[in-house]
Amino acid sequence: MVRFDDVWLRYRHGGRAPAAEALRGISFEIEEGGFRWLTGPSGAGKTSLLKLIYLAEHPARGRIEILGTRAARVTRREAALLRRRIGVVYQDFRLLPQLDAYDNVALPMRLARRSEAQVEADVSEILRWVGLAHRLHARPDELSGGEQQRIAIARAVVARPKLLVADEPTGNLDDEQAKRLMLLIMALNKLGTTVIVATHNTALVEHYPFPRLGLEHGRLVYDG
Amino acid sequence: MMARRRGDLLGLRAALSDRLLPVLVGAMSFLAALTLGGALACSSLATSWQGDTASALTIQVPQPNDPDAANDGTRLAAVQRILSVDHDVQNATVLSQAKINKLIAPWLGSDAAALGLALPAVITAQWRGVSGTSTLAAQLQAVSPGTLVKTGALWAERVATLTTSLQACALAVLFIVVLVATSVVAVATRSGLAQLHETIETVHGLGALDSDIAGRFAARAIWLGLGGSLGGTLLALPVLTWLAWLAAPFAGPVRLSGYFNLPPTLLATLPLLPASAALIGGVTAQLTVRGWLRRLP
Repeated sequence: MVRFDDVWLRYRHGGRAPAAEALRGISFEIEEGGFRWLTGPSGAGKTSLLKLIYLAEHPARGRIEILGTRAARVTRREAALLRRRIGVVYQDFRLLPQLDAYDNVALPMRLARRSEAQVEADVSEILRWVGLAHRLHARPDELSGGEQQRIAIARAVVARPKLLVADEPTGNLDDEQAKRLMLLIMALNKLGTTVIVATHNTALVEHYPFPRLGLEHGRLVYDG
Repeated sequence: MMARRRGDLLGLRAALSDRLLPVLVGAMSFLAALTLGGALACSSLATSWQGDTASALTIQVPQPNDPDAANDGTRLAAVQRILSVDHDVQNATVLSQAKINKLIAPWLGSDAAALGLALPAVITAQWRGVSGTSTLAAQLQAVSPGTLVKTGALWAERVATLTTSLQACALAVLFIVVLVATSVVAVATRSGLAQLHETIETVHGLGALDSDIAGRFAARAIWLGLGGSLGGTLLALPVLTWLAWLAAPFAGPVRLSGYFNLPPTLLATLPLLPASAALIGGVTAQLTVRGWLRRLP
């Protein structure tokens, strides 16, 4: 489960420049196994909110609970172990350029020290799911934007995370691929994974009517 | 599907290249090997010289052919009698006139006898006593007034002081070498971190422990340090062998091993250099990376 209680986030720019407030007094709760769309215009704070969820930022104020753990109270080691239970699809993919598609997808499993046999079985399966079983050995710079995005999605879900956080996961996908991706995410959600997807794609939100968190100027303006 | 190698997850082969770092560590190891060789040779030669010098005993007997105090033969004979029964004195030998002439030739010319000077007899010996020579000197004075007894203790003390200062210099050089090697590894690691910061941030975000990331850097630094140091140490071997050959007349053949003509102590110590370089590389990389990772949440 994910719980925010009056959470504020400020970005410091160094020097005497005033800190920019990215999020202001955000409070919401997503139950275990829930699904939320995260919507709002550019600059509303969607990516900032997701960063707090996957522990890439510390809040200036407020209380955050991720998968039953108070984010402020974890040690560095506990934070790393908590991150392993969170799958993240980054807006800019963040694939490792020196690794091929297979090794990029295998990365979370290897960090979690899963056996190579299990890595091979799960990575092969997920690459088939995203339609890239034939691109195992391609490096990111040899893949199209859509293919890179699918690899990023495969990497986020391969270790069957308890929480999946996706930032514009369908941004570079055509309708067919986006539909296929949503099927995958919903399948994971049915298996108990809590899902939060930030998107601009209103058609997608309308087509899959899950509850929505709406952000504007760093404030939560809609929850339902 | 074939079993796959886990490989270079962070791309360290490119970021911590196998060129500059091993070459610099190799150069440091080369210097360290020479310094170590110098320090050990200095210590070994000093031990040998101190032993020889401290035990050297020189006795000068003035008017050696005059009667002794008891009027029971010459002064030289009386001195020789005492030396022959003293267990602390060994190998007492009266220097021949030719040898004495040779010793004093730089000051008095090759024919000192022609000057009509009354030269003392000189006896050389080895002193095995644990205490000083004052009792012996008093005994000799009693039978042959004016007889001088000298040991090489003063020179031995000077050699010891020289050795200590040379060893301190060697230690200082080794300290600087370690400092430079540590700095080289730290700079290379920071450069690697700068190149790979996006990759590391991603891996960190995927749940890598600090120890996972630092461990990979450390493993790479250990291999590069080990390889570079091994090369530097091997390159130093012929130079050390040449230096040992130059020093051989002073050291004596028994102090050299059969291999490379180097002292066994040095041959036993040299393998510690690559091991130390690997240790320095590993520890420095670990600390540098862990320090850098503190900036990430």
